[in-house]
Amino acid sequence: MATQYSSEELYQNLVRHKLIIPVGVPGAFGRGAVFEDVLARFNDVVTRLAKNDGAEVMAFPPVIDRQVFEKSEFLDSFPQLAGTVFSFMGNDAQHKELSQRMHDKKPWADLQSMTGVVLNPAACYPVYPSFTGTVPAEGRLVDMQNWVFRHEPSPEPTRMQAFRVREFVRVGTPDLVVDWRNMWLQRGLELLQSLGLPARSDVASDPFFGRGGRMLAASQKEQRLKFEVLIPVISEEKPTACCSFNYHQEHFGKIFEIYTPDGALAQTACLGFGMERVCMALFKTHGCVPSEWPKSVRDILWPA
Amino acid sequence: MIEDIRAILKEHGRLSVDAGALAVDADLYQAGLTSHASVNVMLALEGKFDIEFPDRMLKRGVFESISSIQAAVEELTAGAK
Ligand SMILES: [Zn+2]
Repeated sequence: MATQYSSEELYQNLVRHKLIIPVGVPGAFGRGAVFEDVLARFNDVVTRLAKNDGAEVMAFPPVIDRQVFEKSEFLDSFPQLAGTVFSFMGNDAQHKELSQRMHDKKPWADLQSMTGVVLNPAACYPVYPSFTGTVPAEGRLVDMQNWVFRHEPSPEPTRMQAFRVREFVRVGTPDLVVDWRNMWLQRGLELLQSLGLPARSDVASDPFFGRGGRMLAASQKEQRLKFEVLIPVISEEKPTACCSFNYHQEHFGKIFEIYTPDGALAQTACLGFGMERVCMALFKTHGCVPSEWPKSVRDILWPA
Repeated sequence: MIEDIRAILKEHGRLSVDAGALAVDADLYQAGLTSHASVNVMLALEGKFDIEFPDRMLKRGVFESISSIQAAVEELTAGAK
């Protein structure tokens, strides 16, 4: 029998098996112990695959320096997705008013002011300022797992407001960066297929805002700058991007003044596994009880 | 019309060369036109010529040279009459 896809049914199944924990606001649910175990196991598989790549491991908090965010030009492309952190910076009288208005269920946002941090809008953004200067001839490779915020509340389980991305970033000459991206495109596809997932890769575009955004998306596709590994999770026709590959060319090199030893602007590319999405693809494909998954899949995720 | 296009490129194209001196078939992307700058050029052309680029024309090829922009604007202004 052909697999049936339904966003609502998947959400209900995930909740029923305590894999996710509803919290009220959409896209911000909690994750249960079994969900976290699967996520950690998949993370380990990625670590094993990449262990001889020579990556530097880094970890960043879920907020980034607002000045780095502003330099990144994220707001030029995706104003609808960003979340800026505001906080109270007033005096006693203003605090009294803030409390009063909140208890009266009146608007209180104007009593907060913009802070120096923004919720991290993309897993790789915090790392670029650390590349400023000249990178070695062999380039650099960084391995991270970061929380990402996207303002797109939705009842659809794969569309989250906050999620984790296992991200690798490569910086160096165009040849190094593109070869690395191509190597991982094949590796990522094979990894997900080895877990019994009906994955395929395709050229893709980012959700740029507005009419200008349609032009940016078309241009990105024409230049084949973004690829995704797609798996049907809530829909057959619109499969879910579980791994995405972005080739930024000189975008970040120019902004953060990153050079190769010959004095040229360095190029960058990144790839990220949407960790929760990979877990959901596994639960959708193999069921919500991991102990009942096929042996071939369990052997990879829970090696002896 | 070419002069209007050059003026718009000068103001919105953020080119690394002088838009006034560019050959009409010179590659604007080689001249430093970024994707974001090409969006601003597109919006400025719409305002100047009172046209709207349909989705099928929101492509890199349409904005790759002064002559390709001219061809697109001529097609859209002809359609409006
Ligand atoms: Zn990235």
